[in-house]
Amino acid sequence: MSTTTTQPATDAASSTMREEGSRLMKEWYARLSTANERKAPVANVFVMGNAVEILRTFDFELVFPEINSLQTGVRKTSQEYISLSEDYGYSPDVCSYVKADVGLILKENEHPAGLIPKADLAVSSNMCGTFIKWAEIWERWLKTPVFVLDLPGQRAAGWQARPGDAQHAADTRWIEAQFKDLIEKCEKITGKRFDMDRLAEVEERVNKQVDHWNNVMALNQNVPAPYNAMLDGLTYIGIMNVHRGTEEGVEFMRRLEAHTRAKVARGEGRVAEERFRLLFSGTPCYVSMRRLVELFETWGGVFAYSDYLTFAAGGMDAADMRYDTSRPLESLAEVTAMAAHRGLSNQFFAHERLAQQIKDYAVDGIVFHGIKSCRFVSSGMADTREFLNKRLDIPTLYIESDLIDPRYWSDAQIKNRVDAFFEALQQRAGGAPLSRSKTVSA
Amino acid sequence: MNAQVAYDHEAELTTVLERCNAAARDYNIPSKSELPEGYIGTLGHFPVYFPEEIVHAAKLLPVNILGGGNKLELKYADARMGSFICSICRSTTELGLNGTLGDMAGFVTHPICDAAKHLAGIWARNLPDQLSQILYLPQNVNSPGAARYIASEYQRLRGEIEKKIGHTIDDEAIRNSIQIYNVNRRLLRELYRIRRDEPWKVSCTEAYLLMRARTRIPCEEHNALLSRALDAIRHRSLPAQDKPRIVFVGGFCEQPPIEMLEAMDDNCYIVDDDLLVGLRWFTEDVPETGDPIWALAESYIVRSEASPVQHDENKPKEGYLLDMVKNAKADGAILTAAKFCEPGLDEQIAWSKHFDAENIPYLVLEFEEKMTSFEQMAMQVETFAESLLFAIA
Repeated sequence: MSTTTTQPATDAASSTMREEGSRLMKEWYARLSTANERKAPVANVFVMGNAVEILRTFDFELVFPEINSLQTGVRKTSQEYISLSEDYGYSPDVCSYVKADVGLILKENEHPAGLIPKADLAVSSNMCGTFIKWAEIWERWLKTPVFVLDLPGQRAAGWQARPGDAQHAADTRWIEAQFKDLIEKCEKITGKRFDMDRLAEVEERVNKQVDHWNNVMALNQNVPAPYNAMLDGLTYIGIMNVHRGTEEGVEFMRRLEAHTRAKVARGEGRVAEERFRLLFSGTPCYVSMRRLVELFETWGGVFAYSDYLTFAAGGMDAADMRYDTSRPLESLAEVTAMAAHRGLSNQFFAHERLAQQIKDYAVDGIVFHGIKSCRFVSSGMADTREFLNKRLDIPTLYIESDLIDPRYWSDAQIKNRVDAFFEALQQRAGGAPLSRSKTVSA
Repeated sequence: MNAQVAYDHEAELTTVLERCNAAARDYNIPSKSELPEGYIGTLGHFPVYFPEEIVHAAKLLPVNILGGGNKLELKYADARMGSFICSICRSTTELGLNGTLGDMAGFVTHPICDAAKHLAGIWARNLPDQLSQILYLPQNVNSPGAARYIASEYQRLRGEIEKKIGHTIDDEAIRNSIQIYNVNRRLLRELYRIRRDEPWKVSCTEAYLLMRARTRIPCEEHNALLSRALDAIRHRSLPAQDKPRIVFVGGFCEQPPIEMLEAMDDNCYIVDDDLLVGLRWFTEDVPETGDPIWALAESYIVRSEASPVQHDENKPKEGYLLDMVKNAKADGAILTAAKFCEPGLDEQIAWSKHFDAENIPYLVLEFEEKMTSFEQMAMQVETFAESLLFAIA
């Protein structure tokens, strides 16, 4: 047993923002629970590739089934929903988010956070293949109209499609055509005419939000890292998704940036003594995320970055993800094409992005979290790990559990692997705790 | 004096089947020296559908990479892909890493599922000299502009192949390839018609081997083999047996082992299926005049089959399966899914619930390309077939 472990830090400042994020989430769920009663139009959307900007102009209340599912994990009730789904016939090998959602249908939409309204429309996308099969469940079982937004992704390694390229123009043209089709469908469902000015207003808010979010992400390049990407960051992207394009969302992100900047100025880190900076690749294990983070923080390890914060926020974390509000629809298509590349390529050609992020966040190692039932995240993970190990000589750890299925969390086994990883990292660092500080302007 | 030799249709069929069987079970790709005449290389593609005509016009032999079957030992892929990934993706990775597919000019995969998309990254990291691409066939074929987008993807692929081989692929060559593939599609449609109308004349396994041969041999040669086989099958005078008529689904991507098909043939007439549906994706001929890229792109939408991995609001999935059952006058269905195949497993549930509501008998099976034991499955199929025969009687 090593003698260099420490107690995890209690980070009161970050807790404040997490609590504020929790409050906004609760308010969102409360509004959802009355949506059908208020006869508000309701749309099911996913966190990646969702055309939220258009839906907001029609005043859709937005249900995020992935967030509903992960919340069953956070609230330790996922097993009940998953079991209902498996009893219905779903295989253990199917995505646990899907199964939790099927369980929700079987429980007549009773969710631990409140009643989930029946949707008038579902917007799926091809960013994750399971999204489409998931939406088809609603389409066939609940007769929910489904619109699949097809987003062209990265076609090959080293692929670039930027504004001005013929390829970006072709992709944008296709996305814009689909947006126009979606708008017609929204008009029919809601009985409202599409309002381009409202789209520009929503986009203006998203621009502000994305600016703050990019800065918040970049601020974690500082040493010590002001927040843990896989604890605080999860709350932050929850707000990025649920409140994308709302005043509350902009205000949250503004305060988050100010708060994070202040922490950096004070030299405060997420952990009391940051010894190892890490990158988390994959999706969280929401049933045990606090425990997982604790296993790392006791060693002074902090997740400075996670690709989850990129793809699970729809790829909207780069400076060029700004809408030109003078031509709202065209610009929405242009940015969506780029965001899809960031969100999709993040996984299928992950070695390229990770190689850059290792440098940007000055990490000492990568933790890969394979998810048995999530092929989007996990299929290329072991190969990516092998590639990065060889090419960049960066220490890596591979652990496996699940998004929300508690049956796949093996505490002792994961703890052993985490401890062994840190012992190796420590040896590599010469036995002494790392002591560094670096200030990066964002 | 020339003695006229009587046409022995069984001998002819046996000859053709032997050739097709050898091709269908071959997981290697021809090396440069083994290429059929007129071909300059090979290009691999993953199921389900791929516009082979563009590759054929480039004088590359299109090779449909269907995993490694149940004889392949994984030496490398186990460490590169989790045990929870479907067999076809794992064995395809193995064939890439162990050098079997090393001579291909490239490998193209599609957004049929997430594991399939990851193959492009694995290829790029491990076989960097090959053209490694995702062909983004759209999951929205219903919005205006879908055909135009598909055409732009095909043009992009055409350009990538041209760069790789160092010469252009002209429209006339693609039109010529479309003609050759249209002949093939007609022959395959006829093969399936016979299976629906006179299933005792050709088993599912025989038809499958005849069809699968196209994944390894030139379409021209396949056309000749199919023509000979169909002629021989028409001449067959086998008696109809007392077997239930069954539709088989779940073989759209990962392929069930031949032994599994044989177990079904022993007990049922498989009168329709979705095995290798990508090879017979078009329900009618692709137009042979005009812009060939547009003809292929438009056909993908307006004259195409359905599959669990293509969302299309004009082809509801229960709808096309019910049509298959109805058109083939089937007594029931075998609803299969490959192990760890998420689209297949999701579809299996939806289909079985729908069949419950429609009161259509069905059997649910899970398979894996690498499975080697079939006794239990054969018993399940036999029991299902017997229950149907009793019900019919």
